[in-house]
Amino acid sequence: MVQFTLPKNSTVRTGKTWPKPEGATNVREFRIYRWNPDDGENPRVDTYFVDMDTCGPMVLDALIKIKNEIDPTLTFRRSCREGICGSCAMNIDGGNTLACIFGMDEIKADVVKIYPLPHMPVVKDLIPDLTHFYAQHASIMPWLETKTNRPAKEWKQSIEDRKKLDGLYECVMCASCSTSCPSYWWNGDRYLGPAALLHAYRWIIDSRDEATGERLDDLEDPFKLYRCHTIMNCAKTCPKGLNPAKAIAEIKKMMVERHV
Amino acid sequence: MRYLTDRKRAIGLGSGSSGTEHHWQFMARSILMGLLVPLFIVTFGLGLGGTYEEVLAYFSRPLPAIIMALALIVGLMQLQAEAQEAIEDYVHGVAGKLTLIACKAFCYTLMAVGLFALIKLAL
Repeated sequence: MVQFTLPKNSTVRTGKTWPKPEGATNVREFRIYRWNPDDGENPRVDTYFVDMDTCGPMVLDALIKIKNEIDPTLTFRRSCREGICGSCAMNIDGGNTLACIFGMDEIKADVVKIYPLPHMPVVKDLIPDLTHFYAQHASIMPWLETKTNRPAKEWKQSIEDRKKLDGLYECVMCASCSTSCPSYWWNGDRYLGPAALLHAYRWIIDSRDEATGERLDDLEDPFKLYRCHTIMNCAKTCPKGLNPAKAIAEIKKMMVERHV
Repeated sequence: MRYLTDRKRAIGLGSGSSGTEHHWQFMARSILMGLLVPLFIVTFGLGLGGTYEEVLAYFSRPLPAIIMALALIVGLMQLQAEAQEAIEDYVHGVAGKLTLIACKAFCYTLMAVGLFALIKLAL
């Protein structure tokens, strides 16, 4: 049976409230999930106050400022700061997104609430364990599979066929979509999730790929593919504006095409 | 505890090689239900409020009886498929399998009882 309540040692408690910056007039409150596997304590939510006059416009700017100036123990992933690497995916103001491209002006509430991506094991603070997520991505063979002998120059592709990859190749594997999907929450061990399925479709629809049948065979499973109930959280939350639900629907259409 | 590689854990037992048939049947029955439900409401509504003899006479006519039978069969098959999805989503392991069996038994029993009653009325 799926677990609807948190175990006792995962119940989130109120944490430390850090002092407000002295002399600041434009202050914003941040409530951030904290958990350290080494101290044996329950997770807590710490409160920080950031001087917005000396802070960049994005949520990641505030997180970096907190880490640099207030609490160096705050742990989170980040790298490119421009929405390309997908490292800083987290749950901000109730939605999964990339902290580096999510502006603080987009948050209507006075308090900015930041949690790790939901329903994933937490490594520390805002860092989720994405091991299984990446392994699922690897299982769909995210590379070009060909059987024909390699051409002398390159595998050719028409402009029309290349256009079919638009809206698919842009995925940065941030896991925002998969971790916002209730089907992935309840059956993440067997359901591949929107991100892996979007990538699967990216290779299925690629005109140069010659493993279409094998790829579809591998996806034909009540859990791997058909746990998608078109809830559409994935499309709503994708920070890159992609539509994994549409990609999944296209795979289902191809599956029916093979049968009927 | 099992020492499995991440890839092995993700692949699990591999593809079940099924699901599309269930999905296709589900879609087809949804379209059928779209046609059957209004017909069912109209025919059932026309039969309402009559005396016992009038209702017997009404359901001994082929059209109301056939529409009723189709609505019963397709509706309960769809209910069973919908319930199967929900059970597979939320109840796992042995409990899930037992719940699935109970659900199927309930739907087929309801179908048999309904058809028996309808045949008794119609013949």
